[in-house]
Amino acid sequence: MKDLAAPEAPTDTILVTDTGFCPGDGAEVLDLPADADRAALAAALTTNATIRVAFASFADGRGFTLARRLRQMGFAGRLRASGHVLADQYAMARRSGFDEVEIDAALAARQPEEQWRARADWQAHDHRSRLRAG
Amino acid sequence: MYRYNEFDRDFLAERNRQFRAQVERRIDGSLTEEEFKPLRLMNGLYLQLHAYMLRVAIPYGTLNSAQMRQLAYLAERWDKGYGHFTTRQNIQYNWPRLSDVPDMLDALAEVGLHAIQTSGNTIRNVTADHFAGAAADEVADPRPVAELIRQWSTDHPEFQFMPRKFKFAITGAPNDRAVTAAHDIGLRIVERGGEIGYTVLVGGGLGRTPMIGKVLAEFIPAEDLLPYLEATVAVWNAIGRRDNKFKARIKILVHEVGLDALRAEVEEEFTLRKPLYAGGRDVALLEEIAGHFAPPEFETTPTETYDAAYASDPVFRSWADTNLAPHRADGYAIVTVSLKKQGDTPGDATADQMRVMADLAERYAHDELRISHEQNVILPHVHKRHLPAIHAALKAAGLATANIGLVSDIIACPGMDYCALATARSIPVAQQIATRFDELKLEHEIGPLKIKISGCINACGHHHVGHIGILGLDRAGVENYQITLGGDGTEDAVIGTRTGPGFAYDEIVGAVETILKTYLSLREDPSETFLQTCRRLGIAPFKAALYPEAKTRAA
Repeated sequence: MKDLAAPEAPTDTILVTDTGFCPGDGAEVLDLPADADRAALAAALTTNATIRVAFASFADGRGFTLARRLRQMGFAGRLRASGHVLADQYAMARRSGFDEVEIDAALAARQPEEQWRARADWQAHDHRSRLRAG
Repeated sequence: MYRYNEFDRDFLAERNRQFRAQVERRIDGSLTEEEFKPLRLMNGLYLQLHAYMLRVAIPYGTLNSAQMRQLAYLAERWDKGYGHFTTRQNIQYNWPRLSDVPDMLDALAEVGLHAIQTSGNTIRNVTADHFAGAAADEVADPRPVAELIRQWSTDHPEFQFMPRKFKFAITGAPNDRAVTAAHDIGLRIVERGGEIGYTVLVGGGLGRTPMIGKVLAEFIPAEDLLPYLEATVAVWNAIGRRDNKFKARIKILVHEVGLDALRAEVEEEFTLRKPLYAGGRDVALLEEIAGHFAPPEFETTPTETYDAAYASDPVFRSWADTNLAPHRADGYAIVTVSLKKQGDTPGDATADQMRVMADLAERYAHDELRISHEQNVILPHVHKRHLPAIHAALKAAGLATANIGLVSDIIACPGMDYCALATARSIPVAQQIATRFDELKLEHEIGPLKIKISGCINACGHHHVGHIGILGLDRAGVENYQITLGGDGTEDAVIGTRTGPGFAYDEIVGAVETILKTYLSLREDPSETFLQTCRRLGIAPFKAALYPEAKTRAA
């Protein structure tokens, strides 16, 4: 199968993880759009690259279900939500199976690091943690 | 009653801290107005016609007296002294200030209440049969599974930014009092070979495209329920339409891809989701929750005080005949307290009235209250010997209207008096119909009747499933009311049929009067209800009475 992964284009994006902001690390990425269907997800499972799911708008929550599907289909690699994702959605992204969020500099300036760090405790206060298999 | 544990209390405190910070971050510019909007909506805060509106969830309609008193406190402390109970077992406060809302939410949390997911493109407050745990016809109490779904759906990470809102309703009785066929997912508890399971209906809904829910699965056992529901919502979240908000609900997906194709999608998703719930913790939690809903210890004392009052007091007897429903325990009754006093706003209660009902529940009714989707308050467990005292206290508080299930027990949305979406008034129409039939003294003669009024096409007043449905529209700046007949929201759910051209604001009460006088002249005997007459004869005779000029033209 042709690997669709390509080197990440240099941008001024910022990666957000549980420890806060860090600059993009240039890792190879495989981009998936929000409307990727099951076949597209299945085709992506074997990649060694980071799968990057696009969020064109914070109001479009398809990416969260995409991430959960990829994890349930067995994807164990790095998974990134990228685009218009709010600090308020960081816990949702992590709980859905994303490892990290990628945002642009303007959003990072408007929603600074401490607003994201405030949701780094995403494992706490999660009702699903009491319902799902440990 | 479900009692919050430490997890629930911590969750709610944290959630309220987050919302308080979101309000501050809106003010400091961290959040744009566009970004803040869904965050406030998922915490129950709307921007209405005149002011903000806070919609508080009453999960599956169940409250205790302390919670009811706190609702009264909110009404007095932060609103204008009253609240409005809605058709989805919520209470709305119409006049809060944005800066007060975080304090209101903290006050609610003190008694284990919240406003989470009462709005926005989320899974909304889970509604259930208001007679749950008390009705004589029940397979099982639907509230434990409703509470399980509340917990599962609360802050669900995938389902906070969906194509549109998503509503669940659950009934545990074959007589469907929860309108399950008019919800995105309706659940009906069924028994098969001694095992309890769930029939899953999908794609019901009213609004501009009314649809009756279709059976997605006949029988889902308890251990598969959450993964099955999660699969269904996930499929819709992934492929439901986002290009047009009027085509975004799951009923449109059912219509466009077909029930069988959707079922196949859900089953494929279910195989992905099932391992998430393989540990059986959901079933264990359901059993634990069920323990919270153990029935109270029913007493077996005589009912002489009730029998004596019934025999001697005609006002009491009239109230007992309309406002009591059979209870599963001997000597008990289910009391419906009418919030439909003729001339008042359907569903409104003052803080004082809320406290009266709370006191009665605590003193006489095992500390339980319910809110019905028909916008009334219920005392589900009342020994009949207390009924005369309860009736007297209700009478003193203006709450003893004897009209449950009758002409004046009208469901009405807030309409143009409050709502930014409305195209016509609905509350004044309800008030005028109720007042008119009270004057005519025909209410009891007419018997069981459900009139439902919506002030716009979104159908919050459930007009499609009213025996008489009234839809208020705007025709070139003038209010115009369309009538549908023969709708039914029960297990035999039917969408009503439109009679024809609409009526002006000052004609609509007369039109309802024409319909009901036609019914009285056509029914076989007083035991044939309006709905039965409608089914027997169709709408033709009502049309002929409503539009005599059309008949003349045709002749």
